[in-house]
Amino acid sequence: MSKIVFKTENLGISFGGLKAVQELNLQIKEKQLYGLVGPNGAGKTTVFNMITGVYKPTTGAFWLDGENLTGKTQEAINHKGIARTFQNIRLFNNMTVIRNVLVGLHNQPEFKCGVVASIFRLPSFFKTEKAMRKRAKEILEIVGLLDERNNLSCNLPYGKQRKLEIARALATNPKLLCLDEPAAGMNPHETEELMEIIRRIRDDYNITILLIEHDMKFVSGLCDEITVLNFGTVLAQGSPEVALNDPEVIKAYIGG
Amino acid sequence: MATNLKTIKWKHFVNYIAVSVFTIIFAVMSLTGFLKSSDMYMLEKIAIAIILAVSLSMVVGFLGELSLGHAGFMCVGAYLGGKASLILEPIIGEGVLCLLISIIVGGLVAAIFGIIIGLPALRLRGDYLAIVTLAFGEIVRSVFMNSSDESFGGALGLNTPRYDKYTLFIFAFVLVLLCLAVVQNLIRSKHGRAITSIRDNEIAAKATGINVTKYKLLVFTISSFFAGVAGVLYSFSNYTVQSSKFNYNYSIEILVMVVLGGMGSINGAIISATLITFLDVQLQTILTGDLAVLQDLFYALILIILVIYNNAPSLKGFREKYNLNLLLTKFKKTHDPSHVHDDEAKWDRVPTKIQMDEVLSVDIQPQSSYTPDKSDKEEK
Repeated sequence: MSKIVFKTENLGISFGGLKAVQELNLQIKEKQLYGLVGPNGAGKTTVFNMITGVYKPTTGAFWLDGENLTGKTQEAINHKGIARTFQNIRLFNNMTVIRNVLVGLHNQPEFKCGVVASIFRLPSFFKTEKAMRKRAKEILEIVGLLDERNNLSCNLPYGKQRKLEIARALATNPKLLCLDEPAAGMNPHETEELMEIIRRIRDDYNITILLIEHDMKFVSGLCDEITVLNFGTVLAQGSPEVALNDPEVIKAYIGG
Repeated sequence: MATNLKTIKWKHFVNYIAVSVFTIIFAVMSLTGFLKSSDMYMLEKIAIAIILAVSLSMVVGFLGELSLGHAGFMCVGAYLGGKASLILEPIIGEGVLCLLISIIVGGLVAAIFGIIIGLPALRLRGDYLAIVTLAFGEIVRSVFMNSSDESFGGALGLNTPRYDKYTLFIFAFVLVLLCLAVVQNLIRSKHGRAITSIRDNEIAAKATGINVTKYKLLVFTISSFFAGVAGVLYSFSNYTVQSSKFNYNYSIEILVMVVLGGMGSINGAIISATLITFLDVQLQTILTGDLAVLQDLFYALILIILVIYNNAPSLKGFREKYNLNLLLTKFKKTHDPSHVHDDEAKWDRVPTKIQMDEVLSVDIQPQSSYTPDKSDKEEK
């Protein structure tokens, strides 16, 4: 039984009278691939926004490695080890691919280089810059974008932009990686590739992954455990086979 | 590979070299007596304009925030630096030391004002920041305007000590080089990447762990420091500081230099600052008497022509056929694409496509996915 990396307790948020998410209890174990599924408007992305600090939860709390991160700022939560990608891609469009990843590496303690050292071009500046580039290339290698590193990120095809977002999130050295619909807009071949990349990230870097996805084949092929949300409430939790065959879940998806 | 590295280095330092060469040429001319004092005054003005444009281009071009209070920071620097030099003059005499201390005082006070204004104002975006900085500029101006005669000279202005005319512009260009070094080295570092990431996508920058507030404040402070330095130079160059000079129009003039040079391009800011100041001075000397009314007209016409030339779709073919880059490539050896150095992508011109209206509009960050929730939140 591996230890629990991330958990939420009674997590909920309401916007005015609308209860977007209520009583969400998640327990994600180390190196687990955890899926969050549900019909449109179920509150999945709202959950992501809460655990990455975009929204402050109105009830409940969440812990990463036993540390309560509720109410912290986005930056602080990222420093503690939760990284995310976005449903509608948010890359730094006017930068090259490698530079997007370099921004992700910005806060890593091994690449510390103060403003003064940068302005006066002290030796430490060149050393960190070189080390950062080396690390960035390693990360780009993982997602298979090494050859594209000098292209502008806005010129990449859609699937590669998604991969670059993952690379950028990975560069912040997270313990929990939150992927918001990573396979959206990808063709079956790209989806296969992505599944392989996600598995490799988990195995090589010991990263726990929480993902939102609509593609049920993707979810059941990849995830160890899933939670099904509908209208902000949990419908079912458990292994994909069990949860997706739950009569409540089928009713929510198909209706009736 | 080695030759390639060399060309990159050359590209990095081209503006330092250009500025130094021009300075040395003019310095020699001035010492041999070839330069009229009006030319030297123009050179001082150009140096001041370059410092202002480069420092503002950091805020507008790289951070993506619109500041209309640059003249206000300059005003603070001019008055405080001028006052410092008045106090220092009897003690250490008028010399390089006096000038140096005044510049540091003026710059630092402007930087402190930058922090004070930046802390609350940088939480605002787009139009709102522009309005706050604009208000700051006007407030500073009227405070100095209404100061007592003993403190800052009031409406008559503050008379500052003279500094040797033959060397002031050399000193000013040394400060230009210093300003360039600080701004470029900052932009071409990991901190610069963080700054441009905020411009490109603030939400993503936050989610990537970039401390947005810290960097906005840093850029704003450095930018206002150099505005203050430019102000002190101004007070030394004019022997008098009058608050009416630092009005809203002057802030806009600096902004025009940045926009015309291309946002996010330091070299462009240098060139356009030089050209605009040169044009301004020349028009003032050529058009005298009754023709003086035409000054603003010509100035405006030239700006309009430049903007149309740069943006008109019908001129696209012409631009592509006859441009400087194309001319330069004829003299260059063909570039082997397999030898491209890592991330060569022009340090000095961070690829940018932001347009003026994009910076001006409040919704520069398309927050489409969050908007409905936000409005709900406000209701609560």
